[in-house]
Amino acid sequence: MNSQWETVIGLEIHAQLATKSKIFSGASTAYGAEPNTQACAVDLGLPGVLPVLNEEAVRMAVVFGMAVEAHIAPYSVFARKNYFYPDLPKGYQISQMELPIVGIGHLDIDVDGVNKRIGITRAHLEEDAGKSLHGSFHGLTGIDLNRAGTPLLEIVSEPEMSSAKEAVAYMRKMHELVRYLGICDGNMQEGSFRCDANVSVRPKGQKEFGTRAEIKNINSFRFVEKAINHEVERQIELIESGGKVVQETRLYDSDKDETRSMRSKEEANDYRYFPDPDLLPVLIDEDFKAQIKAQLPELPQAKKQRFKDDYALDEENATLLTSSRQLADYFETVVKESGCVAKICANWVTGDLLAALNKAGLEITDSPVSHERLAGLLKRISDDTISGKIAKQVFEELWQGTATADQIIEAKGLKQITDTGAIEAIIDKIIADNLDQVEQYRSGKDKVFGFFVGQVMKEMQGKANPGEVNKMLKDKLK
Amino acid sequence: MYNKTIAELAKGLRSGEFSSVELTSAFLDRIKQHRSLNAYITVTEDLALQQAKAADLRLATGEAELLTGIPMAQKDIFCTEGVKTSCGSKMLDNFIAPYNATVVAKFNDAGAVMLGKLNMDEFAMGSSNETSYYGSVKNPWDTHTVPGGSSGGSAAAVAARLAVCATGTDTGGSIRQPAALCGITGLKPTYGRVSRYGMIAYASSLDQGGPMTRSAEDSAIMLQTMAGFDDKDSTSVDLPVPDYRAGLSNSLEGLKIGLPKEFFGEGLNSDVAATIEAAIDECRKLGATVTEISMPSLKLAIPAYYVIAPAECSANLSRFDGVRFGYRCENPADLTDLYTRSRGEGFGKEVKRRILMGTYALSAGYYDAYYIKAQKIRRLISEDFKRALSEVDVMMGPVTPSTAFGIGEKIGNPIEMYLSDIYTIAINLAGVPAMSVPAGFAKGLPVGLQIIGNYFAEDKLLNIAHQYQQVTDWHLRIPKGFE
Repeated sequence: MNSQWETVIGLEIHAQLATKSKIFSGASTAYGAEPNTQACAVDLGLPGVLPVLNEEAVRMAVVFGMAVEAHIAPYSVFARKNYFYPDLPKGYQISQMELPIVGIGHLDIDVDGVNKRIGITRAHLEEDAGKSLHGSFHGLTGIDLNRAGTPLLEIVSEPEMSSAKEAVAYMRKMHELVRYLGICDGNMQEGSFRCDANVSVRPKGQKEFGTRAEIKNINSFRFVEKAINHEVERQIELIESGGKVVQETRLYDSDKDETRSMRSKEEANDYRYFPDPDLLPVLIDEDFKAQIKAQLPELPQAKKQRFKDDYALDEENATLLTSSRQLADYFETVVKESGCVAKICANWVTGDLLAALNKAGLEITDSPVSHERLAGLLKRISDDTISGKIAKQVFEELWQGTATADQIIEAKGLKQITDTGAIEAIIDKIIADNLDQVEQYRSGKDKVFGFFVGQVMKEMQGKANPGEVNKMLKDKLK
Repeated sequence: MYNKTIAELAKGLRSGEFSSVELTSAFLDRIKQHRSLNAYITVTEDLALQQAKAADLRLATGEAELLTGIPMAQKDIFCTEGVKTSCGSKMLDNFIAPYNATVVAKFNDAGAVMLGKLNMDEFAMGSSNETSYYGSVKNPWDTHTVPGGSSGGSAAAVAARLAVCATGTDTGGSIRQPAALCGITGLKPTYGRVSRYGMIAYASSLDQGGPMTRSAEDSAIMLQTMAGFDDKDSTSVDLPVPDYRAGLSNSLEGLKIGLPKEFFGEGLNSDVAATIEAAIDECRKLGATVTEISMPSLKLAIPAYYVIAPAECSANLSRFDGVRFGYRCENPADLTDLYTRSRGEGFGKEVKRRILMGTYALSAGYYDAYYIKAQKIRRLISEDFKRALSEVDVMMGPVTPSTAFGIGEKIGNPIEMYLSDIYTIAINLAGVPAMSVPAGFAKGLPVGLQIIGNYFAEDKLLNIAHQYQQVTDWHLRIPKGFE
């Protein structure tokens, strides 16, 4: 990128809260139902209906606020945001404007090993709109109001990111956090987690912000990066060729990899926000906050540090294992159940297991190898029943999901041989058959030692205890 | 039979003097006979007879309530499942509500019989019933005059004995003003006392449903059924509902009445003033003491109201967009055309005027000067009421500056029309309860006495009104031609 320019990015993330029912009605929030089957009278905005706030949505917003160490407003107010659109049943969206539930907080991100703190301006509760469906309606537009009224937490960052990379890191970190907290399923394909990006450029060293464009509705990490990079290039080219960036809303077209203007500032709606007289102010007292604080799960950052401290894991493994709460829980259960050294458990989980899951395109929650079974396998490594090498063979069998490690070891006769008599007999035979190599070893060629180990293991089909083999070979070859 | 109170009718239904079906049929006949009053938008004859039959069965089991089998009617602002709910507008002329308002459900549970849906100003915006898509309602006392509004159909129906009692709603006087002009008893409860769920919103922070009856006792019986917390309405208040009939006979000895001098100044018709003064004298005779008080913020009520109510209505009425229900224009060319023509053709003039005023008041650059300022005034008014009601038990004054005016007389002059609510609007801004009680006649037309009480003091208002009605017979007068 042109080094004379500096990029300024702020993100608005919309996270659908994982409540069972909608924010202002009792209708289900489940995704994928037949159009308009999950829209009740309130969601349809029928004459006379009234919203009633879902307390669970409030709880989740407070959980989020605490996780980003934000100010939780003791008094917040729902407001009506007025605009006409066919998928907005009431002609206004119930949102929060002047008094949001979550105030100033922050989130730490990590880009290329460097930590950066990104400010969070606010987070507020609002209802989602429905969906307009185009096509197959004979030139008309279909409206599906199943999504109407789904609770959203809109998380607004400070304009403190200076590259698409940072924006992606922030979005990923936020994605990880909301899933950790159990307040959002994070499903980006279903639109549960999406963002708008405010992008501007300015000459390096300039204090004032450049004119920004808002890119709407980006629903993947890849698109965030592409959309921002594209927009930055567009703005720089525009300015360098003597043009001016205009404040406007742009839409990212992932098919064409470009952004295009949706509406300019002049065309922007005057939303005429005012407090919604149908809803009482939301009051949050210290007791409620204390209650939530007590139930707050361990956050990714703290968990990672604990994994490093308690399990002596390196940065890479600790980061990987705490990337999701489910994975971290899986790992910790394996450690506990197997009684194995944590580092070995970590290597198994991040190595063989994650590789197999990735290959199969599965999440840890869908793993065919349960934590009990992986722990069962690791137990047999630590008590020397099998070697690490045999264990890999057993793991492949475990993946089929039909038997425990013990059953597999038993059935396939994979039990490690620690009977020194049996090992000794084989060693004697190998030494007798390879006198040349014995000579080489004794004349100082240490490398040949590995040859003997290999031969013994081969003869014993890998089942000999490698420690025992080493020790005895060393004695015999003296 | 038409002149009996709810309690008397309940007795008759139990003694076998008449059945609910007979009673209901008689009222249905009367409604047909007096079609020209235009009090009803919809008469639900079949449903009423069905409900009456069910009520008779229930009465026979001995498990009936006071309202079981009583023929009443709903203002057409309350959603009634399976029945057209028009809100007096072309916009909802085709709208069959798929659910019952909480108030309607409560009357159904009590076994009341619904005769039909009553005419009203379009979306409750009006003080004369002339903004209704279904045409003006005529005042039974003089069919050339208006019944008041917006609950004009309710007031006319009750006065003309076309229903035993009716529901109304009051945003700036819409129960009390028509009750006064038609000579009936009407109560606007404390904001939050009656659920607004299913009551089509005009100005959500001011709207409140209430009873419109011939006597205070009937109002007490109706309110007993209507009042109470509703988990479907966040603004309904979770306080126990007292037995409203229990205190009706309490003496008024020692009652402190305050008369806000602002209610008796310029603009008040002298005949109305004399009638009100006579009514207050009657209260003195019942043992009350009367003092003059001052409510300096009252003069700000109308301007504040005409910012707040339109602002809320401008958003409340956005859902009428021709997309999901209600009126849709023919062959819309595109989305904007669909919106503009559906709303342009579906809404009447007064509704459009208020949507425009409200939209303006909320617009960027005007919000602070209008909406915020109006909210501050509202707070001042509330403080004034709280202060005054800590010094006196209730306030009294006229409901309206004059008696019923002629049909067509004020409709061309909105400001003059708005001023007919000058004594009622502040009460909605403060949220306190108030009643209109028949207090006599001026040149042959009814005059209403307004009694204003403290928050949740409906029982006190009903007690005073009932005591007053024990020593007066204004509420028993029947308009000529409706005996």
